Amino acid sequence: MTDTTGTATPEMLADGEDGVRRRDFLNIAAVSATGIGGVAVVYPLISQMAPSADVLAESSTEVDVSAIQPGQAIKAIFRKQPLFVRRLTQREIDEANAVDAGSLRDPQTLAERTKEGHRDMLVTMGVCTHLGCVPLGAAEGEPRGEFGGYFCPCHGSQFDTAARIRKGPAPTNLEVPEYEFNPDGTVITVG
Amino acid sequence: MSFPWAKQYAPTNPFMRWMDEKLPLPRLVYNAVGAGYPVPRNLSYMWNFGVLAGFFLVLQIVTGVVLAMHYASDATVAFGKVEHIMRDVNWGWLMRYAHANGASFFFIVVYLHIFRGFYYSSYKAPREMIWLLGVVIFLLMMATAFMGYVLPWGQMSFWGAKVITGLFGAIPLIGEPLQVWLLGGYAPDDAALNRFFSLHFLLPFVIAGVVILHIWALHIPGSSNPTGVEVKSESDTVPFHPYYTAKDGFGLGVVLIFFTIMTFFAPNMLGHPDNYIEANPLSTPALIVPEWYFYPFYAILRAFTFDFILPAKLWGVLAMFASILVWFFLPWLDKSPVRSGHYRPLFRKFFWFGLIPCMAALFYLGGAHAEEPYIMLSQIATAYYFLHFLVILPIVSSIERPDPLPYSITEAVLGSDRKAVLGENAEPAV
Repeated sequence: MTDTTGTATPEMLADGEDGVRRRDFLNIAAVSATGIGGVAVVYPLISQMAPSADVLAESSTEVDVSAIQPGQAIKAIFRKQPLFVRRLTQREIDEANAVDAGSLRDPQTLAERTKEGHRDMLVTMGVCTHLGCVPLGAAEGEPRGEFGGYFCPCHGSQFDTAARIRKGPAPTNLEVPEYEFNPDGTVITVG
Repeated sequence: MSFPWAKQYAPTNPFMRWMDEKLPLPRLVYNAVGAGYPVPRNLSYMWNFGVLAGFFLVLQIVTGVVLAMHYASDATVAFGKVEHIMRDVNWGWLMRYAHANGASFFFIVVYLHIFRGFYYSSYKAPREMIWLLGVVIFLLMMATAFMGYVLPWGQMSFWGAKVITGLFGAIPLIGEPLQVWLLGGYAPDDAALNRFFSLHFLLPFVIAGVVILHIWALHIPGSSNPTGVEVKSESDTVPFHPYYTAKDGFGLGVVLIFFTIMTFFAPNMLGHPDNYIEANPLSTPALIVPEWYFYPFYAILRAFTFDFILPAKLWGVLAMFASILVWFFLPWLDKSPVRSGHYRPLFRKFFWFGLIPCMAALFYLGGAHAEEPYIMLSQIATAYYFLHFLVILPIVSSIERPDPLPYSITEAVLGSDRKAVLGENAEPAV
């Protein structure tokens, strides 16, 4: 019987020996290729929103710390966020060391938060670990809270002289970023 | 509306049944581009280009929204922002090259879609509204593409903006104040760049809206087909899904191969090197031409070099706009009751040996230098262009004797439509 309708006959549609039709294979191949292609297209569309090369190029900052007097703090900018650099007084160091670190919400000693040989130099992000406000206390005359460190005005988190959370909603101590002193100890490189 | 034999949407999944009661969006999709839309069984690959145009519209919107995340329409930084996209933004080069070449491919598929309409007279009753909306979409595309080309703020951007807004300066009396108002200044600057960016972002969504109307109008009479014979019975159609989703999917795959070759291996082939020089209001590039897809209309603009009652400048502008506006009148200029060029021997000759070479010449001449012999050739091609639509088409369609049409689409495909001839008891074709 010649087929003039262009319609597949039951014989043509019957299973092959292994029960898989040619059309099943084509279907799976086409859908898989489309799926892989789709993922390959979605990846750049998502990745384009990540920090661009010019933002990443600014990801490390040098700060000259030589002029900071004991009891004084400066604000620098690291990755578009405030960075607090404070030279602690002997009294502030003693206060920080007098606290039993184990009793704190985020247990850390002052030694763990500073560098060997520069125990009086406290470098932290000026970003409250609660919701990201800038705590007060770095500039002259700002309130420094009950524990003499930093005080976040947004939701009342209080940080001690080692910038550890003591009271209020912040879950962790002010973050100490990765940084290094240059050999003569006058400049730090953050990031 | 649909043919009575169209498949009905009948979800079995309880969630889909619930959805169908509350918001029948799946039903809409099913009836628009699913199994619920019966389509002539004989569509050729020339019927692929509507879906392809829809694809490139979506591609332009997606890549365009991404580019807008990294761009700033301030004349002092715009050029640098485009280089920032090219060098700093992750995959930014891909987004920009896909957007620039996507515009070209959008125009390629739309031109093929339009010329399919010319050859098969898709504009004829009952599909006039589909055609009119299509011409509106094309005009919106041209405006969008022009404003998009200004955004990189290179030399071609700046001088393109100056020349195209200068067209409006040709209008008598109000021309010059109109041009100043359009630019928000005396030359393209911050004000023009900002408004072009705003409108370049807005217009694609307007296009998407008119595309929905275009498809809505299409679904009232249903798709045309290469014979031009209307659908008569169920045997003339197949469901859109899976038959044409598969066929369109294959066509899309082929076009994407060409698109990716262009995007990855020749991304600047269709652009102009001068646009990598920052806009300079004090120096015009040696050859100032628009993007390739405007060449035919640019050739018509430049064809008018002599004053005749009206100034030459005004004639050029009028002719350029008229060359597209004449498309609006096609459904009434073409008087033949037969649609398809397959069955119109005389029309077919004028299509292949008149209109097509004329358009090819205009495409070439629009990109050539404004000097002889190109000006004279532009004048001849422009004259023939209008002659085709305003004289040849009405006369040819009135006097030609069309070839006999098949009784039905089924007959055209299978050689006979036994069911139509012999009635319900006909044996299936053997």
